[in-house]
Amino acid sequence: MAEIQLKDVRKSYGSVDVIKGVDLEIRDGEFMVFVGPSGCGKSTLLRLIAGLEDITSGDLLFDGKRVNDLAPSKRGIAMVFQSYALYPHMKVYDNMAFGMKLAKAGPDEIRRRVEKAAKMLHIDHLLDRLPKQLSGGQRQRVAIGRAIVRDPKVFLFDEPLSNLDAALRVATRLEIAKLHHEMKNVTMIYVTHDQVEAMTLADRICVLRDGLVMQVGTPSELYERPNSLFVAGFIGSPKMNFVNGQIAQGFNAHTIGIRSEHMVVDNADPVWRGKVVHAENLGSDNFLFVDIGSEEPVLVRQEGKTAIPWGAEIGVRPLIENLHRFDETGNPIR
Amino acid sequence: MASITAGQPEPQATRPARRSELQAERVRAARLFLLPMLVALTLVAAWPLFRTIYFSFTDTSLSNIGAGKWVGFDNYLSVRTLSSGKVITRGVLVDPAWWNAVWNTFRFAIISVSIETVLGLLVALVLNAEFKGRGLVRAAILIPWAIPTIVSAKLWAWLFNDQFGMVNDMLMSLGLIDHKIAWTADVSTAMYAVLIVDIWKTTPFMALLCLAGLQMIPRDMYEAAKIDGVHPIKVFFRVTLPLVKPALMVAVIFRLLDALRIFDLIYVLTPNSSATKTMSVISRENLIDFDKFAYGSAQSTLLFLIIALAVILYIWLGRVDLGGQKQ
Repeated sequence: MAEIQLKDVRKSYGSVDVIKGVDLEIRDGEFMVFVGPSGCGKSTLLRLIAGLEDITSGDLLFDGKRVNDLAPSKRGIAMVFQSYALYPHMKVYDNMAFGMKLAKAGPDEIRRRVEKAAKMLHIDHLLDRLPKQLSGGQRQRVAIGRAIVRDPKVFLFDEPLSNLDAALRVATRLEIAKLHHEMKNVTMIYVTHDQVEAMTLADRICVLRDGLVMQVGTPSELYERPNSLFVAGFIGSPKMNFVNGQIAQGFNAHTIGIRSEHMVVDNADPVWRGKVVHAENLGSDNFLFVDIGSEEPVLVRQEGKTAIPWGAEIGVRPLIENLHRFDETGNPIR
Repeated sequence: MASITAGQPEPQATRPARRSELQAERVRAARLFLLPMLVALTLVAAWPLFRTIYFSFTDTSLSNIGAGKWVGFDNYLSVRTLSSGKVITRGVLVDPAWWNAVWNTFRFAIISVSIETVLGLLVALVLNAEFKGRGLVRAAILIPWAIPTIVSAKLWAWLFNDQFGMVNDMLMSLGLIDHKIAWTADVSTAMYAVLIVDIWKTTPFMALLCLAGLQMIPRDMYEAAKIDGVHPIKVFFRVTLPLVKPALMVAVIFRLLDALRIFDLIYVLTPNSSATKTMSVISRENLIDFDKFAYGSAQSTLLFLIIALAVILYIWLGRVDLGGQKQ
């Protein structure tokens, strides 16, 4: 059980400010994802919460208690690292038990907890192996298991899937989602640069940029009501179409944003007309790149399976209720 | 199928032939690249070694190197029975001066390498930590190693001088000794003097090799231990030491090879002291000073065999240990 509060938390390395005043509340038992482009400070923020880095100024509270100066091991946290950080000379069992042996738990208790965690992650048949004998996915599960065994109040993940290949990433993502479901009392904080991971795992997402929080909200809030041009562009795949200039001025905005699924091919009543310059068929969806005279061609998710040849002139229409308008500073106009 | 000539159109059949041709090409290139090294090694290592071994089976003297006659194992061991019935044994293997030198060499090597390993690792741990001016300290610590051995031996000879040396002066004024000690001349202290200088000189090298090993250990391993709340001393023995061990083993081999053939430091610091004479020193003495060239060659040959044996033993024991660790 842990509720985490950050109050104007700052971190600088020498004269370089990495975290520039973050206010954030992470609710008890919540799955919070920090997402942002590389260098936005998301990993640093996680390391501040873990206690692996000192907070320069501001307060970090666990259940209302200030923990700025508390050693990592006393915060009731467990962390899963990007590179797994398994001890290569220890067997899986010892890797999982290492932290507990030192916590002076009895041998029976250790074995019980390690085996329980191993069963939960389907690695109970691997306990006698060395990390180098495991695949990447198995190693990551051992790393997660090692964290579970500690019975933490707060579970921290630092880009745990980025060393895995695409298929394993999806599978392990599901495991983590399941884990969150099974460990309802545990607050989880998860760092990723992959917005798909953020969307699929999070209860709430915190979008960071240049050491500042851009927006905090549920995945659908961020997707449907981004409060900045940056969030609108960062969340969602494929990326939201942005159109500037005259076309946008027609909507009384500096920039308009519209997602590809909110564009329809409509030759009868088009808003814009243009040539199909490229098309991508993903099997389930067909994406058309249409040159409507904006800087970049706009992406349209095509309904139905009728093939439209490259170079064809078509009409498209945005669904006005799903159109986002932004001013010069990137703030939304509502 | 094996005798397919190039240009034959059948694809399945040509593939293995082409691959082996590629393989042959690689082998040819490798040989070409290795050739200069092999020539150099033959000239400076294999040929002298072979000559030395050959001389050890002759009665060659320094005055006429070409004139030696084959005497078999006499330089190593010869047993003669006089007409009076008295048995006389001669040769390196029954020479007490030789066995004294072997004992000195091993005593020196084991003590110096052990202390250097421990100190070197400690220094490396300090240098691996982050602190201000680390680059400067890293460079400064290498200075003893960068000084040529002859220079540092001379330097320490002055420090250890019985009349004017700083060591005696300091120990006297601290009241630790009541009379001046002839550190390098006294049989009971000469070896300590040599050990002190060697450890002073070579610990930086050891530290450098250990540091390279320490830097290979990923930082997040320590962070994981920190989150687990593992005591730093336990982290050292359970995480750092096992992970740095391979690098440490190599460092120890390097140092052991060096220490077993120690010559210059002893030759300069404690010349002609039976307490410090090592295998290298005694074989040079016989080869040059005493004009027992063949006898000296026999000692050099034994020196070669003993060092080879020691290193093979070390590597073998090291492997056994590595296997045992897996339990």
